[in-house]
Amino acid sequence: MTDTTEKAAATAAGAVAQAAPEPAPPPRTARLWRGLTPWLFLIAPLALLITFTYAPIANMIAYSFTDWDGVSPELHYIGGQNYTEIFTREDLFQVFFVSGYYLAASVVQIVAALYFATILSFNVRFRNFFKGVLFFPYLINGVAIGFVFLYFFQDGGTLDAVLALFGYHADHAWLGTPASANVSLAGVSVWRYMGLNFVLFLGAIQSIPGELYEAAELDGAGRWHQFRYIIAPGIRPVLSLTVILSISGSLSVFEIPYIMTGGATGTETFVIQTIKLAFQFNKTGLASAAAVVLLLIILAVTWVQRRLVPDSADNRMDLG
Amino acid sequence: MNHRTTLAGTLLAGALLASGCTGTGGSSQGADAKAPDDPKTVSGTIKVLTQRTDLVQDGTMKKYAAAFNKTYPKVKVEFEALTNYETEAKIRMNTENYGDVLLIPAVIKKTDYPRFFASLGTRAERAKKYRFTDFTTVDGKVYGQSPIGVTPGFLYNKKVWQQAGVTQWPTTPAEFLTDLKAIKSRTDATPYYTNFSAQWPLTSWTAVNGSVGCDTEATTKLADGDPWAKGADLRVGDTLLYDIVHQGLIEKDPTTTNWEASKPRLAKGQIATEWLGTWAIVQFQDAARQAGIDPDDIGFMPFPAQVGGKFCAVVGPDYNLAVNVHSPHKEAARAWIDWFTDKSGYDKDNLAISPLKDAPLPDVLKPYEDEGVKFIEVSDAKGAEVKAIDDQSEVGINKPEYRQNLVDLARGARKGSLDSFLGDLSKKWADARKTVDSR
Repeated sequence: MTDTTEKAAATAAGAVAQAAPEPAPPPRTARLWRGLTPWLFLIAPLALLITFTYAPIANMIAYSFTDWDGVSPELHYIGGQNYTEIFTREDLFQVFFVSGYYLAASVVQIVAALYFATILSFNVRFRNFFKGVLFFPYLINGVAIGFVFLYFFQDGGTLDAVLALFGYHADHAWLGTPASANVSLAGVSVWRYMGLNFVLFLGAIQSIPGELYEAAELDGAGRWHQFRYIIAPGIRPVLSLTVILSISGSLSVFEIPYIMTGGATGTETFVIQTIKLAFQFNKTGLASAAAVVLLLIILAVTWVQRRLVPDSADNRMDLG
Repeated sequence: MNHRTTLAGTLLAGALLASGCTGTGGSSQGADAKAPDDPKTVSGTIKVLTQRTDLVQDGTMKKYAAAFNKTYPKVKVEFEALTNYETEAKIRMNTENYGDVLLIPAVIKKTDYPRFFASLGTRAERAKKYRFTDFTTVDGKVYGQSPIGVTPGFLYNKKVWQQAGVTQWPTTPAEFLTDLKAIKSRTDATPYYTNFSAQWPLTSWTAVNGSVGCDTEATTKLADGDPWAKGADLRVGDTLLYDIVHQGLIEKDPTTTNWEASKPRLAKGQIATEWLGTWAIVQFQDAARQAGIDPDDIGFMPFPAQVGGKFCAVVGPDYNLAVNVHSPHKEAARAWIDWFTDKSGYDKDNLAISPLKDAPLPDVLKPYEDEGVKFIEVSDAKGAEVKAIDDQSEVGINKPEYRQNLVDLARGARKGSLDSFLGDLSKKWADARKTVDSR
């Protein structure tokens, strides 16, 4: 923190020295303050950003080059050994197959969210009620969702009971086999995150001026054509943001499978594996390296995607 | 732009430097927590970290503290209950502020004990009075003491087992399986409940170590040999678990088991058997009382294996209590540990085995005495090596994952055979042993 202010002060002082020959310069202190002001405003956000984002990341990167066990005062610098281990152990990457289920689920999620957002952006009865219903799951704590759905999928639980109402007597252990367990968990994640996508889409759709629809209707465009030629191009930046979020989300799935199955029965994801390395086998160094690798993979995927589907220049969105 | 990069660079370097000095300094290393000479003079406020959230909430811990104050009037005891003890304590131990009395987390390497904890005395002197001293001994000094001793075993519903026509404890794994089959065919009860979803109960299957071969050097054998060799303790235990699951003697859907709900269900006779430990008896008896059932219906039996016609029960420590080496009130902290192990009655309240060598066995183990079950303590001389190999190999003999995989294998949710599964574990273990030895 002091570092930041001192630097800013030094920069300001430098500027003062250069500007000296100018006629009637304001007093030194006033110029100093003027140079400092933007930094003063930035102190709080920068402090938070550095303390809670960059310092931990820097720490994590530093740990990834050590053999630290997470608590012992002794830690040795072992160079790139952790990275070599990660890239030479196939079993560490097998868990990415599980992400395939979540990727498939996010396609369903985006399509469903888009469908509901489009419908509810038109005049529909009870539309505010339905908006609430769709967004509600996103507001619930992830841990609570995990526990609720454990009962839901239980033998003779909610799902079985509902199916029985329709005359289908399922005798199926929903979390019992790897395929069925992953599909069930991915279903929970769709249920949970669809609301967020839905709200993003709805917001984007509503920012499209209403006259466009009226004009389109006058020209005889039906609902499908309105969607195809007005809504879809209009929300393109938000759509591409959602796709990026879904892909990085699918690669780093964590809380739902961790709470519901703990990674058993072939539902282990990369993050669960990393947690296990760090907190069960006390290989904090190796786990940090795995986390760095995941970060790089996600950055790479995002970059590739931005290259493949660039935003049109006129409505570029800043993804930060 | 330039400014920004230099600023980021400085910050990054700073963070790297900061991370270099992780952990607590070894300045207080080798401190002793001596027992106070006069209980009336020792004073201070001590904080006790505990995993027993239930006892802190219902005020039981306060009652212990009040009783303690009768002998030590000037010591104030405060409790802090951690719900996720292992992880939370581990993170706190990176600072100096981890209570005055705490339970030694499993993650701490034995060789690091002197850095984190104050010594309670020499092994030679403490072993005369207390059990389990070698679990916390480093260079002849003892750093912790467990307030209770536990022994693993099957909790079972006596009525269900009788209904199935079984009156004698099974003496071999094969006999045990036959009995479970009888329960399945003659009663409505689930013969065995895995607690697959709660995960940690599966880890108690590692506690068969020592009871199968009645061998006090069982842990040393884990460090020196193959835990899954033919006839080895862990292989016998894992094979039994595999067979129980494979023959369909468990609940219908293990992936959605419910630990809390399993207690009243066993008491009511809907579940016949669970492999846990003496520590669980008190909880199941409470569940029985709440369900309006006679708590005496809950029985406890040893692992079905005999050596020379006798069952063997391994008595081991629970979490060990220790004094923080940075504590300013080491005498008061030591006083609490001594009083809690010797006088509090915590062991009796938990129907557990006392850590005092000359104390009698709890009543629940009366049937053990009648059957002539032999109680042994397994030496922990090589415990640190076993832990190192276990972490290095990522097998996790005390972690739920490999038993969950075993159960999945047995019920067909995972491909492979038992032999190749256990063979794979042996290989990982052997490979890790080589690298750990060479360090």
